[in-house]
Amino acid sequence: MTDLPQAFADALLSTVLDVAPIVAILLLFQLVFLRRKPPNLRRIAAGSVLVLVGLALFLIGLENALFPIGRTMASQLTAPETLGAERLADGIDWHDYLLLYAFAAAIGFATTVAEPSLVAVAIKAHDASGGAVHAWGLRIAVAVGVAVGVTLGCFRIVTGTPLPWYIIGAYIVVMVLTFRSSRTIVPLAYDSGGVTTSTVTVPVVAAIGLGLAASVPGRSPLIDGFGLIAFASVFPIMSVLGYSIAASWLARRRK
Amino acid sequence: MCRAGANPEKQPEDVTQFLSAMLGLTLSALRDLAPIILVIAFFQVVVLRQPFPDLLSVLIGLLCVIAGLTLFIQGLESGLFPLGEALAQGFAQKGSAIILLAFGFCLGFGTTIAEPALIAVAAEAAAVAAEAGAIANDDSARATYALELRMVVAVSVGAAIVLGILRILKGWPIHWLIIGGYVLVTTMTVFAPAEIVGVAYDSGGVTTSTITVPLVTALGVGLATAIRGRNPMVDGFGLIAFASLTPMICVLAYGMVA
Repeated sequence: MTDLPQAFADALLSTVLDVAPIVAILLLFQLVFLRRKPPNLRRIAAGSVLVLVGLALFLIGLENALFPIGRTMASQLTAPETLGAERLADGIDWHDYLLLYAFAAAIGFATTVAEPSLVAVAIKAHDASGGAVHAWGLRIAVAVGVAVGVTLGCFRIVTGTPLPWYIIGAYIVVMVLTFRSSRTIVPLAYDSGGVTTSTVTVPVVAAIGLGLAASVPGRSPLIDGFGLIAFASVFPIMSVLGYSIAASWLARRRK
Repeated sequence: MCRAGANPEKQPEDVTQFLSAMLGLTLSALRDLAPIILVIAFFQVVVLRQPFPDLLSVLIGLLCVIAGLTLFIQGLESGLFPLGEALAQGFAQKGSAIILLAFGFCLGFGTTIAEPALIAVAAEAAAVAAEAGAIANDDSARATYALELRMVVAVSVGAAIVLGILRILKGWPIHWLIIGGYVLVTTMTVFAPAEIVGVAYDSGGVTTSTITVPLVTALGVGLATAIRGRNPMVDGFGLIAFASLTPMICVLAYGMVA
């Protein structure tokens, strides 16, 4: 932690590099095609600097404080010693990993609640719907979806069942729910699938997947380590649609 | 409609107001991070029964995370959202769909090609393909494969934003397009080589970065607000959904062709 300023400078530099293509494209279109200065330019520029500094601080903090513990815990919880080697001697069973499922669900939920891009979409949804969509309710619904998805994804790695069955099955549920939901929530629900897997969730969830695939006998981290992100992107669609169906059903019953 | 940050009546010069807003944001950042801290502390202390490795550095890191999230959200409201809205209004007034679509493609492509999560996934995917014998197992073959994969995903995200903007302009219902995409993914899964399927499914999730999401969401909602007859909720959202679906289709197609 002594080299904190150095680490911050590195994180800031890499964030700026990530953003450079966006700035170039924005400038090009703004200057060449729109030929119009956006209103409040100074305020927008100050805000963009805040976003960059904030994201760099956020990433450096996560990298120093939370990710190392998260990764160590993922590897400890998937290690045969934690699970009890004698229980695993007579072949593995999916319920040998109950503690890991609990951790996967809890950490999937917690990282999603802290995901900055989900915060952005929730604020926008609250504003665009005129307050009908509660920012906090949406984030909880998405986080529950990620928790269920990641847990099921771990179950899949342990049992070694084929990934497409789960994802295609999830698609069928999403389609059925789509036709039972109100038209206004569907686009937002589809969007929430994509925003969940971002800066906070991906590193921790990927560590669980790789650790699990490496420790379960007969699984390869290369082949079976993939797929958890897919689970984390499909299940929030379901949970947001389900949340809105349940909310409107409750509202109707209360009348 | 309440559009935070877009209104000039909120003066940034007003320091006390700014500070009290920052305090509120800090408290909500603390609330956002509380679940992670609780989960990690619970499993570390109660389940694994191990002390925290380096409590001081963890606490300093946590302060960084809280300050970072606070600044990010403040900057979102005063920087990225108004920027996306100003662009949407500019394009709507200009009235040229071609330039708008070209902008959408560049934004999707440009933000994805440099995405660190995608670079990591592409490198892993190349290792998987080499292991499975689909490509030669040497460094140059793997590097070529990873670069091609990144190009495929970046082009597909660009195409997704174009399709999503077209949808907003035309008012097409989103669910037929997305369900059509699901059917396509399902069909292609049957024919694609097994080792690419996991990579393809994951590629949908990793493409949307923390800077792109607010910008693209503000652009979509801004367009739907500016165009007569469009509803911000029904038509404004959905750009991210396309950006997470088309990479799956394109990576599966790449796996079948390559």
